[in-house]
Amino acid sequence: MTARSRAAARQEARAGLLFCLPAALYVAMFSGLPMLAAAWLSLHDWNLLKAQRPFVGLANFAQLAADPFFRNAIGNSLLFAGLAAPLGVASALAVAVLVSQPLRGVGLFRTLFFVPAVSSPVAVSMVWIWVLLPEVGLINTVLSWLGATGSTDFLNDTRFALPALVALFAWIGLGPRMVIFLAGLQAIPKALQEAADLDGAGPWQRFRHVTLPLLLPTTLFVFVTTTIAAFQAFTPVYIMTRGGPRRTTDVVAYHIFKEAWQNFEIGLASAQTYVLFAIVAAAAAAQFWLMRRGLREESV
Amino acid sequence: MSGPSRSAASTWGRRAKAALLYGLLLAIAATTVTPFVWMAFTSLHPPLAPTPTLATLFAPAEWRFDNYARVLLLPELPVWRFALNSVLVTGGVVALQLALCSTAAYAFARLRFRGRDALFTAFVLTMMIPPQVLIVPLYMLVGSLGWLNSYVGLIVPYQYLSTAFGTFLLRQYFLSLPRSLDDAARIDGCGEWGIFRHVILPSSRPALATLAAFAFVWTWTDFYWPLLCTSTVTMRTLEVGLSVFKDAYGGANWPLQMAAAVCVLVPVLVVFLAMQRFFVRGVVMSGLKE
Repeated sequence: MTARSRAAARQEARAGLLFCLPAALYVAMFSGLPMLAAAWLSLHDWNLLKAQRPFVGLANFAQLAADPFFRNAIGNSLLFAGLAAPLGVASALAVAVLVSQPLRGVGLFRTLFFVPAVSSPVAVSMVWIWVLLPEVGLINTVLSWLGATGSTDFLNDTRFALPALVALFAWIGLGPRMVIFLAGLQAIPKALQEAADLDGAGPWQRFRHVTLPLLLPTTLFVFVTTTIAAFQAFTPVYIMTRGGPRRTTDVVAYHIFKEAWQNFEIGLASAQTYVLFAIVAAAAAAQFWLMRRGLREESV
Repeated sequence: MSGPSRSAASTWGRRAKAALLYGLLLAIAATTVTPFVWMAFTSLHPPLAPTPTLATLFAPAEWRFDNYARVLLLPELPVWRFALNSVLVTGGVVALQLALCSTAAYAFARLRFRGRDALFTAFVLTMMIPPQVLIVPLYMLVGSLGWLNSYVGLIVPYQYLSTAFGTFLLRQYFLSLPRSLDDAARIDGCGEWGIFRHVILPSSRPALATLAAFAFVWTWTDFYWPLLCTSTVTMRTLEVGLSVFKDAYGGANWPLQMAAAVCVLVPVLVVFLAMQRFFVRGVVMSGLKE
């Protein structure tokens, strides 16, 4: 290396550090530091209203393991994500296949399906209160048209409140998930579909044996991101149910909010956030592993 | 003889298929659009009217366009101040986000320096952290800096997670730009700043617009951080103001609540419709990560 090019390389390295310094400092300060601080807080009996903040080791985690309300919240979140992820992924895939058909005006429908995702979550949650109202709500109205008698107060019924929030979750995120599937569908070579056609495969067989295997990486990505989002759903719970009725919609994200900002138990709340982190990471890892195995089996 | 009849049958088959597909599209569109239609028409019913049903929605006792004037000029809530706060905070976040992400993305995409790949990996990993983990310490940090209930506090720590996403998005785009552009500018005597400023940024308008569009929608509709960070009513944003408004009316006054909801929704829908293709591009680019 000549002296000149070495000088140029040094200059480039210095420029590189200078260019990423602002963002690196920013991320270190507002993501890295808080993440470490949350771990440190989780080891303390830390209440915002108390002067004494003793170190308690893993006592917060032990307390959570025995706390029936926190276990209830974990169960609710697992149920929520367990319903919301498959529903969100399957509905988005079905809609993506539908809007990938060469139909006139299909672009308008894609736009309409995207609108809930960019709308204000508070406004959307307020309208969904109406959708789910007894008697005058949209769903009860449609059910009565179909001949159902009686009406259901979905948000105040312990059987229906959580599934109703799941439906809202799938509805809000439909557009972005659909667009990701659409990109995956468009990347599938036409020749493969035509070859399957020549072999006499019907539309369902073509979808099952050509489209679906090739979409597996896309599906994995959507599944993981949808699962992570499902564990973090907060605003609809805050606006529509406040965790009720009888704690059936008290999901972990909302439980943490109350622990931190109503009870001011931020040591305990920080421990809860790390439990949530661990569950989300485990769920994502499990999905990667399952899909990898699926990919291997398909390729055999 | 079978030729024409078969083609007639397949024409009918195609038409039946198209009708079925349009029927499905319309049914799904009905589920995504009906709530918004109800919102728009309910906002024109007389205040405190009985909850509009699908039957009474289009025939209110009287059309009340003055609901909007009432909501916007409400004596007990400073709605214009909420709107001003939303505009200032969103504008600040978009500007800061573009500045931070574009410079870092340039370094990661174009410059060689020791530790670059490790640093980039660290950036990407921060996208996995649930926001709940960060929010309590972030609140304490912002408090100890004296930024609670201020514009600085609303704007600066906002992108605690999306900075990594934005950097990732722009890096992908910068990588796709031909190197010959940089080399030509370098021969003309441009330094790295000159190349970034006069070559990379002007060629990256679509990617920058994508990031700006996302930052706009996320910030405009964010609820959690402004709810925590603000303590006086004059510092609330529209999204938090809407929830205060809902609580004040306790769910009883649908027409005024929906007029308020429409006021919060319209700006973000206008931005979405104007910048639609950038949203689609951003979603697709974020889906490409491995």
